[in-house]
Amino acid sequence: MAYKYKLDCEILDTEKIIEGIYKFKIKAPEIAEIAKAGQFLEIQVSTTGETFLRRPISIYNIEKAEGTVEFIFQVKGKGTEILSTKKVGDIINVIGPLGNGAFTVKDYKKVAIIGGGIGTYPLYELAKELKGRAETTMYMGFRNKSLVTLEKEFEEVASNVVITTDDGSYKEKGYAINVLKEDCKKEKPDIIFACGPLPMLKAVQEFANSENIKCEMSLEERMGCGIGACVGCNVRIVTENPDEVKYNYVCQHGPVFNSKKVII
Amino acid sequence: MKTEIDFCGIKMKNPVTVASGTFGYGRGHSEFIDLNKLGAIITKGTSLKPKTGNKPPRICETDSGMMNCIGLENPGLDYFMEVDLPWLKKFDTPIIVNCFGGTEGTVEAYVEICKVLNTLPIDGVEINLSCPNVKAGCLAFGTTYEGVKEITTACRKVLTSKPLIVKLTPNVTDITLPAKGAEDAGADGISLINTLTAMKIDIEKRKPILSINTGGLSGPAIKPVAVRMVYQASHAVKIPVMGLGGIMNGDDAIEFMLAGAKCISMGSANLVDPESSIKAIAGIEDYMKRHNIEDINSIIGAVEMN
Ligand SMILES: Cc1cc2nc3c(=O)[nH]c(=O)nc-3n(C[C@H](O)[C@H](O)[C@H](O)COP(=O)(O)OP(=O)(O)OC[C@H]3O[C@@H](n4cnc5c(N)ncnc54)[C@H](O)[C@@H]3O)c2cc1C
Ligand SMILES: Cc1cc2nc3c(=O)[nH]c(=O)nc-3n(C[C@H](O)[C@H](O)[C@H](O)COP(=O)(O)O)c2cc1C
Ligand code: FES
Repeated sequence: MAYKYKLDCEILDTEKIIEGIYKFKIKAPEIAEIAKAGQFLEIQVSTTGETFLRRPISIYNIEKAEGTVEFIFQVKGKGTEILSTKKVGDIINVIGPLGNGAFTVKDYKKVAIIGGGIGTYPLYELAKELKGRAETTMYMGFRNKSLVTLEKEFEEVASNVVITTDDGSYKEKGYAINVLKEDCKKEKPDIIFACGPLPMLKAVQEFANSENIKCEMSLEERMGCGIGACVGCNVRIVTENPDEVKYNYVCQHGPVFNSKKVII
Repeated sequence: MKTEIDFCGIKMKNPVTVASGTFGYGRGHSEFIDLNKLGAIITKGTSLKPKTGNKPPRICETDSGMMNCIGLENPGLDYFMEVDLPWLKKFDTPIIVNCFGGTEGTVEAYVEICKVLNTLPIDGVEINLSCPNVKAGCLAFGTTYEGVKEITTACRKVLTSKPLIVKLTPNVTDITLPAKGAEDAGADGISLINTLTAMKIDIEKRKPILSINTGGLSGPAIKPVAVRMVYQASHAVKIPVMGLGGIMNGDDAIEFMLAGAKCISMGSANLVDPESSIKAIAGIEDYMKRHNIEDINSIIGAVEMN
């Protein structure tokens, strides 16, 4: 049985969450049926040549019964700009669910989930699936108040939600990782899940590895195919001999990696 | 309607093959298409020993195409023989192994891998003399008549039981010279083009996007260059030509065949749409119907120049 699909998907709903950030819901029953938290889609944003490659975007929410998936994206360049102009009823071609490394969803006692900026979105499905299976604290870091998104959504699925802004314009001032570190002094979580900008991931990785806390991180790299064929999306992995350079592929072995396995 | 092609003694169901490095060893794409339907599968560039490629980022998009600087990363021939070859043999499709001389890139290294390939249950060998993304070898031989002739002669000596295809670079002034070098050394066929050396700069950071600064340009952006070169090369040599460079669909494939290609290969198209090769086969059949073409062989080189 195939476990990846290429589908023409109808856009069922579009929502501009804040300036430059959009949430789309698409009809994709085959993908919804098998998708896991942490997996992503490769979206063809144009069929008329304005863009050539597909755009990788993580799955935000899966509704199996409804046969839909949702994703949230930020307008960065040409591709996401074109995508943002799509309307309800438009058809987009989507490959998914992609990535063989998803977040490990199972029963835990205590879980920390940390996301930075747009990196918080791929963590929603995870928090949702962990509801009732773990005590989860969602740490969300944003640059300032105007960028704070999905607070309500995460409050519905996570046991606790901590929000930080770099400039203190909303909730706690500072970085989310610092709050996580403080909380860990009281009680360590069984696992930390992370997604966000590279500096944040590096800090989380360093902390989790030094404290010996299991940690799964979702990584990004520029992609050609998304299906393990072009080996374009490489990430360096830890080897016994530190001088040896070896790679894994984000689309094939990830996008979620154990923090002890990768060098970012 | 006959779509079968005999390319260098390799019997293909149709002229559509998948290009080296864009199809891995077929597994990713096998979830989307039936590999039995392809004319041939050309593997990822493989060396005797495993080879690590360049740092990320090694892929980027360009206008009507893309650039890559993978650097010929591959798991090595032993791994291919143990894991991928037995799996590929399940399909009723010719397997052409694309190879190169590893990190050394010397004539001896090319000969070493060809010796082993000569003994394997595969249908052909494509030697890559044209990768712009590795420091040693490859391109060094690929740009001159003498260089291509020297390395092809050496590979030919040990490749006694397999068709030998030489993959040429477009980064030359006169494509007919390396093409003749391959022919004069006894190659059974040539394939062209590989990628064009290119650069893309991030103007905000004032730095090239790709990790090694330059990369190989592929996709529709290079198609007109490729068509011109396939035309020139196929008129300069008698051995058959495999045409590639920016082929996205059946119409593009026909264009290359009219220019003189006996079969074609699709590269970047496989990344954008894993089904593109299968769609191109349908597109070729469609063209044949529209133009009442009985045998696809009749259109090879059939362009009428102005
Ligand atoms: C596994 C994965 C999951 C992702 N999930 C999300 C998500 O849920 N929401 C979201 O907003 N963004 C996500 N991204 C980032 C998103 O793919 C890029 O922002 C997007 O591709 C930019 O395209 P563009 O045409 O707007 O920008 P351009 O800069 O014009 O793009 C040019 C090329 O570079 C590539 N590219 C540029 N930035 C990135 C990047 N950060 N990562 C990978 N490729 C890039 C593009 O895909 C395109 O091929 C994810 C990336 C990966 C790899
Ligand atoms: C990601 C990528 C990897 C490639 N790897 C190889 C390779 O290992 N060996 C080789 O001979 N050509 C390699 N090529 C070149 C292609 O086989 C092909 O010659 C080129 O991309 C032009 O065709 P296209 O425009 O259809 O992609 C690679 C191309 C791409 C895009
Ligand atoms: S994007 Fe092609 S292998 Fe990951």
